Amino acid sequence: MATLEIKNLHVTVETEQGTKEILKGVDLVIRSGETHAIMGPNGSGKSTLAYSIAGHPKYTVTQGEILLDGENVLEMSVDERARAGVFLAMQYPVEIPGVSVSNFLRTAKTAIDGEAPALRGWIQEVRGAMDALKMDSTFTERNVNEGFSGGEKKRHEILQMELLKPKFAVLDETDSGLDVDALKIVSEGVNRVKAATGMGVLLITHYTRILNYIKPDFVHVFVAGKIAEEGGPELAERLEAEGYDRYVNA
Amino acid sequence: MEQHSHGAGVPLQIRSERPKSTKVADFEPITIRDEQWRYLPVERLKGLEADALSEYLGDLQFEGGNSITTEWIGSDHALFGAAGTPEDRTSAASWESTDAAYLISVPAGPEEHAVLTVNSDDLTPSALHIVIESKLHAKGTVVIDHRGKGVLAENLEIVVGDESDLTVISIQDWKAGSVHTSAQFAKLGRNSHLKHVIVSFGGDTVRVTPSVSFSGPGAAVDLFGVYFADADQHLEHRPFVDHSQPNCTSRVTYKGALQGNKAHTVWVGDVLIRKEAEGTDTYELNRNLLLTDGARADSVPNLEIETGQIEGAGHASASGRFDDEHLFYLQARGINELEARRLVVKGFLNEIVQQIGIESIEDRLNKSIEEELKRSVK
Ligand SMILES: Nc1ncnc2c1ncn2[C@@H]1O[C@H](COP(=O)(O)OP(=O)(O)O)[C@@H](O)[C@H]1O
Ligand SMILES: [Mg+2]
Repeated sequence: MATLEIKNLHVTVETEQGTKEILKGVDLVIRSGETHAIMGPNGSGKSTLAYSIAGHPKYTVTQGEILLDGENVLEMSVDERARAGVFLAMQYPVEIPGVSVSNFLRTAKTAIDGEAPALRGWIQEVRGAMDALKMDSTFTERNVNEGFSGGEKKRHEILQMELLKPKFAVLDETDSGLDVDALKIVSEGVNRVKAATGMGVLLITHYTRILNYIKPDFVHVFVAGKIAEEGGPELAERLEAEGYDRYVNA
Repeated sequence: MEQHSHGAGVPLQIRSERPKSTKVADFEPITIRDEQWRYLPVERLKGLEADALSEYLGDLQFEGGNSITTEWIGSDHALFGAAGTPEDRTSAASWESTDAAYLISVPAGPEEHAVLTVNSDDLTPSALHIVIESKLHAKGTVVIDHRGKGVLAENLEIVVGDESDLTVISIQDWKAGSVHTSAQFAKLGRNSHLKHVIVSFGGDTVRVTPSVSFSGPGAAVDLFGVYFADADQHLEHRPFVDHSQPNCTSRVTYKGALQGNKAHTVWVGDVLIRKEAEGTDTYELNRNLLLTDGARADSVPNLEIETGQIEGAGHASASGRFDDEHLFYLQARGINELEARRLVVKGFLNEIVQQIGIESIEDRLNKSIEEELKRSVK
């Protein structure tokens, strides 16, 4: 049983107009096996929260804490956080020229586990996970995210999650830009990993659509850098009907 | 990514109007006011700017297959000067200071590869002349591996026979304190193919000027280059393709990484398509990856086209900073910073390294890249 705690998190970013506070006191506790949906309008700071958890250097935490089983995550480097069990499926995965998917996956797996995976078992595991995500086997020979379609990029993120088996996965708008078939495949992937590993999920989304496939235990409405309201799955249904206007204009 | 710009101050010189001569006296003294030397202060040449140089007396070690042969030839031999004529002062000084050239001949028959190691251990300004020829229908690879410590002005001629397919790899892996200017001339025969790979890693100052011309139609040249400059190193490459025959193809692809204070690389890529070179297809590209502050990459592509009857002509040049987003993505998957940098830089350079096709050399380069990177990350 693991716990990821975010306490009174304030985060700033440097802009051309100077320092700008984006997160204004976020409190959130996620336990193993739980799925929390973070829903909010564009620009409310959802990606900033995701990046801050993963440790992106652009974002400065000015107040508050992030704890993983009581350990101070904010003192960890980006790779230490990943090795501690935090995974971020990115909204905009970057292309890495000249680095093949197979090399990348093996290097990441070796880093996370602290030892290289046994070759034969590993190849089978990768192939199995790719089959489940309906990814072509030639995919591994391509360079990381290079020339991938939007859907391929998102599947590739979920593939990594499946292989790296984190304690907590932050999925930043993994649903955006996916057609219904791809959305189903990706959602099944998340549910599969969750069932197999008992990971906790922070599912960031703008739309309620993905919640038809991945059932949240908790829903948090995120507005202007804070959680504006919290509830169970019924809150998502209300958002579906009413939108964010009520919060934004409040 | 920063796009290239033509710097102010020094006028670009039309390539076809540049002086060519085997006589040092025909060239002006070297100054940075001359377009050819604008990036390279004469002090860095450590004596190679002189009128006369000593003949190279260091090691020349040849390892070849069964059929590739070597011999010394005099300057009166038909192959001495068969691929080109000096286009700058150090090349002419080297030419005048050598009365023999080391000839490597690749005959037709089974494909083989050979390595000539130029291993010097003293810093006397020296001259060396090497000629590589591939005969009709020959297919093979010749590696010139420069290592040790030296101050060397070299002329390397590559005479590519009709219908032959030759690969020449020139590695500059000198120890600190070394200076190397290498004028490399290739002349391609009818329907021949040359793959030319430059690998520059070590040496205080390295300047390679590959100059390609054609003696018959239908030939194709691929010029690749990969380089890695550290603090205070100056690595300069000036590939030039002179299209004077119809239906020839050229592809120029150079990639470099730089790190450390005053690491400086220069790439000037010239392509000239003369009136008679109808049906030419050419593309040149240079990319530089700046790993730290204080490094500088100059990148200047020039294309002169004198005929409208061409298949294609283009160029691209960009120098960019190490991308933090790449690093973040990899680190977010548990990969530590050193390993992440290693992956990104090797990935970036890999497009060229994989062109070498000789595993032992590719491994050596990958190791050098790793050594270089260890120096830059904690
Ligand atoms: N690196 C950055 N530089 C400048 N502004 C940023 C940066 N990251 C986020 N912002 C600003 O912070 C706000 C929240 O952005 P983001 O976290 O991406 O929101 P969301 O993911 O909810 O759409 C936006 O106004 C955005 O413009
Ligand atoms: Mg976002």
